[in-house]
Amino acid sequence: MCLALPARVVAVSGVEMATIELGGIRKIISIALVPEVRVGDYVIVHVGYAIGMLDPEEAEATLRLFAELAA
Amino acid sequence: MKYVDEFRDRELASNLAANIRGEADASRRYRFMEFCGGHTHAIARYGVADLLPPNVQMIHGPGCPVCVLPVGRVDMAIRLALDSGVMLCTYGDVMRVPASDGLSLIRAKALGADVHIVYSPLDAVKLAIDNPQREVVFLAIGFETTTPPSALAIRQAAQKALKNFSVLCCHVLTPPAIMHILDAAEKPEEGTVAIDGFVGPAHVSVVIGSLPYERFAAIHRKPVVIAGFEPLDVMQAILMLVRQVNEGRAEIENEFTRAVSRGGNTVAQAVTAEIFELRQSFEWRGLGEVRASALSIRPEFETFDAERRFDLTYRAVPDHKQCECGAILRGVKKPTDCKLFGVICTPENPMGSCMVSSEGSCAAHYSYSRFRDIPVVAT
Repeated sequence: MCLALPARVVAVSGVEMATIELGGIRKIISIALVPEVRVGDYVIVHVGYAIGMLDPEEAEATLRLFAELAA
Repeated sequence: MKYVDEFRDRELASNLAANIRGEADASRRYRFMEFCGGHTHAIARYGVADLLPPNVQMIHGPGCPVCVLPVGRVDMAIRLALDSGVMLCTYGDVMRVPASDGLSLIRAKALGADVHIVYSPLDAVKLAIDNPQREVVFLAIGFETTTPPSALAIRQAAQKALKNFSVLCCHVLTPPAIMHILDAAEKPEEGTVAIDGFVGPAHVSVVIGSLPYERFAAIHRKPVVIAGFEPLDVMQAILMLVRQVNEGRAEIENEFTRAVSRGGNTVAQAVTAEIFELRQSFEWRGLGEVRASALSIRPEFETFDAERRFDLTYRAVPDHKQCECGAILRGVKKPTDCKLFGVICTPENPMGSCMVSSEGSCAAHYSYSRFRDIPVVAT
């Protein structure tokens, strides 16, 4: 139910709406909850709304954490 | 898919598994509850449980909105659809939740009720605009992730002065449910479960931030690690929990830093507070009545509140006698402890709510893990 997917914003259009792309599929969603969104940003999409944004630097840092070897 | 595939990498998973095995102290047990159904689903689907040493045990929590929706609430929606002739819309997950008299919304639809599956509350508002002669009711369920979209739908309906749109609000809150489980865990006579730490919600935390969890760490001295819903996120969170337990710490840590901040999404919080207020008490399947654990629509927006508009009253209805969903939702029992599991209760024909949504403990175990229960015998 709380499942949501990270998708790239390809166009910001109209009133608080944006087009996102995920694995080649495009969809128009609401960005009313993340008004600061710009084209190229990754947003977390849930029931037709972007509920948050993804921080690429933090994502890289987390991936590096996974690769750390045992102390 | 970027930000998905990397977090499902097999080699990184082996590395994390080795680290967990190396750091878990063989002389003690680690019992961690993953609150969310999203984590339950990831653990089952990617076989995370098989990668953990035997003394690190995952307990499934009640964070599945479909699972905790009590029979009486579904009954309210079914009565509206069957008796009041409304156009009832809701998320697909809700359609098969078992209700009274052997009914569910999908069976009510088979009986002629006008029930629609919508992807978004926006679609429900659109149905109301396109069908001005019909009463359109959106059965809104979910935790803090789905609440802001419902709030925006009500705000939009108010701006457009829609006369035929209302919401049957069943939104629930995560922190009071975690508190409830922790409070219960301190009263062992009530058949509860011992927990050493929590894997904290992913997308709920995107909205509410990590701040609301700081109370548990302080009051109950339990570590919480907020984690994303991908398998490597869950494994990293387990490693962080093992470390906290080993070091005697009880802190709120955040593994999902790519999306969760301490304060959360303040725009979403503001719109939620504008439309909704705290409900005094709400019945959860499995947990019973939990004080201040759900939301209702503010009186200013009462024309959009289906409970007031149709004068609905909630009537509690017990679950199927042999269904163990209640104990499973509290983490006290496992799906395989239920007599109905996989026999007469299956995802195609769920008897209990935990078998309905793919993130319910029973459905996740049935879909991905039921053959693990059968010992492999050489022939």
